[in-house]
Amino acid sequence: MPSEISLQALIAGDRAEFARLVDAYSSSIYRLGLRMLGNSQDAEDILQNTFLSALTHLPEFEGRSSLSTWLYRIAANEALMLIRRKKPEVNIDETEDAEAEDLLPAQFVDWSALPETELLSGEGKQILDEAVQALPESLRMVFLLRDVEGLSIKETAEALNLTETNVKTRLLRARMFLREKLSSYHNERMIHQE
Amino acid sequence: MSKMTDHVHSNCEYLLGSLSEYIDGELSPELCQELEKHLAGCDNCRVVLNTTLRTIDLVHAPVEKPDLPEDVRERLFQRLNLDDYLKHNPE
Repeated sequence: MPSEISLQALIAGDRAEFARLVDAYSSSIYRLGLRMLGNSQDAEDILQNTFLSALTHLPEFEGRSSLSTWLYRIAANEALMLIRRKKPEVNIDETEDAEAEDLLPAQFVDWSALPETELLSGEGKQILDEAVQALPESLRMVFLLRDVEGLSIKETAEALNLTETNVKTRLLRARMFLREKLSSYHNERMIHQE
Repeated sequence: MSKMTDHVHSNCEYLLGSLSEYIDGELSPELCQELEKHLAGCDNCRVVLNTTLRTIDLVHAPVEKPDLPEDVRERLFQRLNLDDYLKHNPE
């Protein structure tokens, strides 16, 4: 959070300060919604509901977590509520530990030295987006908060009301899942280029 | 393509379970040392580490972080009755 945003001013109802808070976090929260729900209308609903809820509940904010973690917690709840409503068949509360087999890599091609321009241009970027979208919701939320938005393990756990151990387990599974998908794609490409 | 289950090192699976914590700098010094010693002699595990790090790098790349569309920002400010502050766009 930009250090100049004053919690005291926010709680006192300073609207200019709230507008600055909105500008500081709206891109991150919109992005989170976009990647959790996969469409811009739902992302916008999550964004609006998050700040409406924040505005309502600011006077109750006790500062047990940082303001940013508190905002991400509201946004994550909004996104998960929407998923529950739209996809009741999805299990977003999955808590069981990973099966050992889930974590076993099958792809050992080293594509890590390929230039970023190649990895993120055209098809490469599409594969990355699809891989993130293919993550189960319970893993995707942890991955987005930790690896995309840069929250710490502790903050991610606070935002999602999970234990740190649970966050670490889901993060490992998410990272291995994405690595496997990207490796599979780049392996194919490298074979065809030979 | 080899599977990790066919791998010659018996402790690959155990150590790969610690890979995320290693990447996050959250592994104990003892396990860190054990993992690094293993990585020095295990090509496959090194590839898994390098490609996992690269995967995380890619989602951090600027192209992957689009800004909020201006019309979405405008509707958000209107919904929050913050219209007066719309002009103070930080961009």
